[in-house]
Amino acid sequence: MREIDIGRIEETVYALCRSACCEIGGDVLGLLEQGLARERSPFGREILRQLIENDRLACARHMPICQDTGMAVVFMDVGQDVHLSGGDLTQAVDRAVRRAYRDGCFRSSVLDPLTRQNTGDNTPAVLYTRIVPGEQVEIAVAPKGFGSENMSRLGMLTPSQGLEGVLDFVVETVRLAGANPCPPVVVGVGIGGTAEGCMLLAKRQLLREVGAPSPDPALAQIERELLERINRLGIGPQGLGGDVTALAVHAAKTPTHLAGLPVAVNMQCHAARHKRAVL
Amino acid sequence: MSIRITAPFDRQALSRLRAGDSVLLSGTVLTGRDAAHKRLCALLDEGRPLPISLQDQAIYYVGPCPPLPGDVIGSCGPTTSGRMDAYAPRLMDLGLAAMIGKGFRKPSVVESIRRNGAVYFAATGGAGALIARCVKAARVLAFEDLGTEAIRELTVEDLPLIVAVDSLGNDLYVQGPARYARA
Repeated sequence: MREIDIGRIEETVYALCRSACCEIGGDVLGLLEQGLARERSPFGREILRQLIENDRLACARHMPICQDTGMAVVFMDVGQDVHLSGGDLTQAVDRAVRRAYRDGCFRSSVLDPLTRQNTGDNTPAVLYTRIVPGEQVEIAVAPKGFGSENMSRLGMLTPSQGLEGVLDFVVETVRLAGANPCPPVVVGVGIGGTAEGCMLLAKRQLLREVGAPSPDPALAQIERELLERINRLGIGPQGLGGDVTALAVHAAKTPTHLAGLPVAVNMQCHAARHKRAVL
Repeated sequence: MSIRITAPFDRQALSRLRAGDSVLLSGTVLTGRDAAHKRLCALLDEGRPLPISLQDQAIYYVGPCPPLPGDVIGSCGPTTSGRMDAYAPRLMDLGLAAMIGKGFRKPSVVESIRRNGAVYFAATGGAGALIARCVKAARVLAFEDLGTEAIRELTVEDLPLIVAVDSLGNDLYVQGPARYARA
């Protein structure tokens, strides 16, 4: 049994929030550069240049890449031989988010869904925990803006629709979203499971290194085919027309019920922010 | 080559812009997004005066981050304009000359833009840090309790924009993707 003080969790989530909102990963920057090289649209190229400059400026000045610093989505894999001591985990995560968003001059975007009263400190965070083997705690923070989140979609397909139905659903989701999710996008795809499990599976794909293919060759092939089809739509950077509509498609699957074929698409804007730490 | 333009607008200069033109905007713009639009239209419903004049103004759909120490504003890129489609025609009928945001507008909004000789500009979504450099001053004009969603006046210098929908109703969000789509 390994003891980990809740204060260490809080400090880690705090640091991950601070860096995630301001420092885009090399994976995204590299793909924006590659996109710039192949984009035919002059507007598209100009927008990609602006995004690259913006991301470098944000990192250098330690200011948010985007004013939508999102809901703070925190994924925590807790080893089953770990004992978290010294306080309440959910409260510690919320304290971390509250402090990080205040200290970082990040926007407070979280409010009551019906009264629209802002909580004022971007809490509560969205916390997903899993119990895993071992005695480590792995934490990932992915601030999620709602320009892209609003364009996400769940399809409870029928088995007769098969793989073709899945591919069509994903491409159609990107087409319907058009300019709204701030392309070039990263497309998280979940296939199978239950309705809520499928959507969470899609969201978890956004935590992967952007552009790294699935280790499953069949899924990697699906990702390649989807990326090719999406980038033929013509939506382009910011939806003003062009070749670079998506930077990557990340897909995963999990067993489902014999009566169903769920497919979920979680859209991610080009500010694909995610940071990870292991305690 | 970018066209320089000043806000509040000279309607004639605005009417010469065409979808696809690159523009550098200087002057003052109002900010407003979901909550501020809802309140403005609630005031109109009640027959009460608005706290700001819309005549020949631009509304920039933005909810900025708080400024870093020493800055006038934090990251301040555009939000998705479509959510303001429910309100925009009414404000254009009251004199609003331009909107700045990102993403496509409903056909009814494009029609309202044409009918009012207005313009819809696209700013680069997700370039909030870069756009903040173009903002030289910011002050709250109304609805301060809305925080980031309050109505502000921003003084901007050479804010880079693209004409997305011009006063004839030409729509770059339709024309642009059609040009690059491959079967």
